[in-house]
Amino acid sequence: MCLAVPAKITEMENQIATVQVGGLSRQASTVLLPDAAVGDYVLIHAGFAISLIDEEQALETIRLFDEMTGGMASGGGGA
Amino acid sequence: MPLTYLDEFRSAPHVQRLLDELNERRGAELKIMEVCGTHTMAISRYGIRQAAPRGITLISGPGCPVCVTANADIDRFIEIAMLPGVIATSFGDMLRVPGTRMGLAEARSRGADVRIVYSPLDALKMARDNPSKHVVFFGVGFETTAPTVAATLLEAHEQGINNFFVQSVHKLVPPALEALCSMPDLDIDAFLCPGHVSAIIGPQAYKPVAEEFGIPCVVAGFEPVDVLQSLIMLAAQVDEGRSEVELQYSRGVRPDGNPQAMALLHSVFEPADAEWRGLGIIPGSGLTIGDRFSSHDASVRFQVDVSYSHEPRGCICGEILTGVHTPRQCKMFRKVCTPDHPLGPCMVSSEGTCAAYYQYED
Repeated sequence: MCLAVPAKITEMENQIATVQVGGLSRQASTVLLPDAAVGDYVLIHAGFAISLIDEEQALETIRLFDEMTGGMASGGGGA
Repeated sequence: MPLTYLDEFRSAPHVQRLLDELNERRGAELKIMEVCGTHTMAISRYGIRQAAPRGITLISGPGCPVCVTANADIDRFIEIAMLPGVIATSFGDMLRVPGTRMGLAEARSRGADVRIVYSPLDALKMARDNPSKHVVFFGVGFETTAPTVAATLLEAHEQGINNFFVQSVHKLVPPALEALCSMPDLDIDAFLCPGHVSAIIGPQAYKPVAEEFGIPCVVAGFEPVDVLQSLIMLAAQVDEGRSEVELQYSRGVRPDGNPQAMALLHSVFEPADAEWRGLGIIPGSGLTIGDRFSSHDASVRFQVDVSYSHEPRGCICGEILTGVHTPRQCKMFRKVCTPDHPLGPCMVSSEGTCAAYYQYED
């Protein structure tokens, strides 16, 4: 139930964002995330943007598990 | 490129390396509880329970808001739905959950106007479009969902949409974890904490669990790599004698959560005691609508009698929700209780523990 889907904001008007989710265009409120802007990736839950997705943090997490496993994760992008 | 990094979190070679890392661990046996329905489904769907090393047992806790909603609360919403002039709105997950006498789907077949919404804002729009009706929204959910309902109530209030009501049975995760920690027969070494609840409340909300009860917590994402990395982090905490709150899901969760959402939540709701299926009444674990918005509170506006309510007989959802039993230990599992004919909420909900076991693990 707490499922939230990642989406990109493509337009914004009066705290209503147009977001792209898996190729579909939807509307979402940004009242819970007033700093969200066009171009941001956000998590959408029940018609609201609830959190910004931090791509740098995503890459950092990948780097950490790379270290953790002594592997070459960053080069091994998957299908 | 849009979100291409997600592939990294699903890649088979990465998963294998993390599993190898976990397999090299030589610490004591570990019981780890996840308290998020989306984690329950991820663990089942990706076969992580089976793939995890022998010494690591994954147990599902009370992480599905649909499942922990008490029958009395479901019955109360159904009684309201059956009143004349009411449009009852709910997220789709609640529709097939059986109450004491019937579920919402059956109420609809008996003439109640029950409509599924994707967002509470859809219910508000229905109220705006149907001024002669009372539109009642069933406010089920954890801290992820409660701010969206708070924002909707605030909008209804500001726009004077007086025919919009909410029955709030929202629940708070940290008080439930603390209640679990206080149970004498609970046998859990660590918590895999929910990602999207934490996107709102922030990881520090679990500090009492880690510091006062000494149970390590890791806030985890939902991809297989996220879950495995979090298990390694939890195992390391236990093996090193640490008990802290750590954040694995840093791409979706800020260290301070979402302060705006929390402020909005607190401006509309007040903490209250709440009844959890399987756990009973937990002090301060629910949210009721504050006085300023009481004209939108369905429990104030509609007085209904649900003194007949009781939990389903023979169903051990209560024990499953606290991790005391697994679905396979229920006599009804797979025999008389199936997704087509669910007897308890854990089989109905798409994120329920029984549904996850039924679909992926048997």
